[in-house]
Amino acid sequence: MMISGAEIVIRCLQEEKVECVFGYPGGSVLHIYDALFKQDQVRHILVRHEQAAVHAADAYSRSSQKVGVALVTSGPGVTNTVTGIATAYMDSIPMVVITGQVPTAYIGQDAFQECDTVGITRPCVKHNFLVKDVKDLALTIKKAFHIAATGRPGPVVVDIPKDITAQVCEFEYPKTIQMRSYNPVVKGHLGQIKKAVQILQEAKRPIIYTGGGVILSDAAPQLTELARKLDFPVTNTLMGLGGYPATDRQFVGMLGMHGTYEANNAMHYADVILAVGARFDDRVIGNPDHFGQEKRRVIHIDIDPSSISKRVKVDVPIVGNVADVLDELLKLVAGGFKANPEVANWWKQIEEWRGRDSLRYKQVEHIMPQYVMEKLYEVTGGNAFVTSDVGQHQMFAAQYYKFDKPRRWINSGGLGTMGVGLPYGMGVLMANPDAQVACVTGEASIQMCIQEMSTCKQYGLPIKIINLNNGMLGMVRQWQEMFYSKRYSQSYVTSLPDFVKLAESYGHVGIKVEKPEDVEPALRKAFVEHKDDLVFLDFIIDPAANVFPMVAAGKGLTEMILAEDL
Amino acid sequence: MRHIISILIENESGALSRVAGLFSARGYNIESLTVAPTEDPSLSRMTILTRGSDEVLEQITKQLNKLIDVVKVVDLSEAAHVERELMLIKVRATGKDREEMKRMADIFRGRIIDVTESTYVIELTGASSKLDSFIAGLDAGLILETVRTGVCGIGRGDRILKV
Repeated sequence: MMISGAEIVIRCLQEEKVECVFGYPGGSVLHIYDALFKQDQVRHILVRHEQAAVHAADAYSRSSQKVGVALVTSGPGVTNTVTGIATAYMDSIPMVVITGQVPTAYIGQDAFQECDTVGITRPCVKHNFLVKDVKDLALTIKKAFHIAATGRPGPVVVDIPKDITAQVCEFEYPKTIQMRSYNPVVKGHLGQIKKAVQILQEAKRPIIYTGGGVILSDAAPQLTELARKLDFPVTNTLMGLGGYPATDRQFVGMLGMHGTYEANNAMHYADVILAVGARFDDRVIGNPDHFGQEKRRVIHIDIDPSSISKRVKVDVPIVGNVADVLDELLKLVAGGFKANPEVANWWKQIEEWRGRDSLRYKQVEHIMPQYVMEKLYEVTGGNAFVTSDVGQHQMFAAQYYKFDKPRRWINSGGLGTMGVGLPYGMGVLMANPDAQVACVTGEASIQMCIQEMSTCKQYGLPIKIINLNNGMLGMVRQWQEMFYSKRYSQSYVTSLPDFVKLAESYGHVGIKVEKPEDVEPALRKAFVEHKDDLVFLDFIIDPAANVFPMVAAGKGLTEMILAEDL
Repeated sequence: MRHIISILIENESGALSRVAGLFSARGYNIESLTVAPTEDPSLSRMTILTRGSDEVLEQITKQLNKLIDVVKVVDLSEAAHVERELMLIKVRATGKDREEMKRMADIFRGRIIDVTESTYVIELTGASSKLDSFIAGLDAGLILETVRTGVCGIGRGDRILKV
């Protein structure tokens, strides 16, 4: 039977078992929206801004194992998605973005709502396509899902001109796909894995350093099993939190610019680093020259060969899917692993570093943001999905909310996109309808996508917005305080709305909290009494609170500024 | 160091801009780039002349391999290979220079492929350094126009780049 391009798009989504699409209609996608209207298998969530559609699809993917899907129109619809696509690209999130395009004959003529979608998105996608023939449509969408979800995942854009969605052809969805130019490696090289085990046995001061790759390949169980067998310390990157239980004794905390004293020291002084799905980025190892001063051996497991030896020289590269490689590694370790007895001394050293209690903070008369995070952890029993925006609040959440499970910590690690928190909450709830979702944000970040409170009302999404309101761009202010002689250039946020009234005007619940003793009751009220409502908790926090420890830009990982130093 | 990268890439629209975009986005340099379809019209072969340390070259090859349309990548300069570049150069050829131009073209085994009363167009093929020496050997004032294809290259003997 001949069906239209628009119907083919929807049929493809159904074949891919897509349950939910985030989008916003417009001229070039009207045929697709019409086809969407005529079925009820794929649910559409109407956002208030295309950026939020992509962020929500991104979080849908991060919080489940599924590919997120967004649908937008041509021109401004597309340009509004670029921040969201770049955010997903930096964190390797599998996502398919379907964009409308002006009719084929109009392309290149500066038509109304035309832009060069493939050109604009090229640097921030894993791949993109412009469909020029309706007969290619199904295969292209199949390829898009395949490319997005396999190898090192990433966003894929499919640009479809309006006339293609009107033309008809036979529909057949390919069951499998073969691409001569794209065959990602899955299994690691066994010889290299054996070499890795040998080096791990020799290690006197080992550390397991893991990142987002563990989360993306669903390898948290294997990682946990391996780490327990080896009894080595584990540190996670910001993207890797939840890959290893944060409450476990072997966990030394997050490392990097705002990592714990013990994690950063252990990473720096380790003689063997087992890097798993992490990429030694600038926020993680600080100054690479300083990091390079210590002699050590590095084993690096990553699905992307270009991540290996990019910033730090690697001795044993293992290219492969993290879960598969860890499976192999576990088999070898099960066959008898003799840890170096000197590891016991290493643990003593780590416990000494841990004794510094680098996350300790002073209670003052104001609400401390760290305290809010600790209470949030208690009230939610550590089981919430926590989305965050970008800034101090993001670091406080990462430091004080102890993630024991993967895919619970949803934030923009690579691109550092302010405004993701609320749409991320929407995506999480669409993928996990019964979950408790806390959006940890600040009064600056939340305003970058605040219009989505309307979407939350429409679909009944009971996100708890934890607004750490210090009336400032906190992280900018912190840098200005420390490195720009307190010249607070443009870091004040004045003329703030009354967030309680704002939430209420959207039909939600708003609570303002100004005293430390009111923090816990307010959280309980939000999560228990108003379980099914979106609650905007406006915490007026200490404006002087800073994030510690801190490795200043250009400094070495061990050159931390601690709260106690000030 | 100087490297010649050969790439087999799907002959799709936009393939060239993916490669060029990768080089500019990551700050790699391109000294020359040539591209044309192969005997299999669904594939293009691209030759890029670039410079960089071993680490940079490793990243360039890895990043190129990551592009979805790229089928194969080799660094030709890693082993025995032949490289050629074609130049068309238009020179003033009047009076005593006319004879001199002919002689120079012969010495470099170039061919004169267009003749007017006052100009020659000389076609010259060889390694880039040979083309450079030819230009250096001429009186700069006599050169009217040059156009070079950029380097293309192929491995010697059994080194074959094919799908």
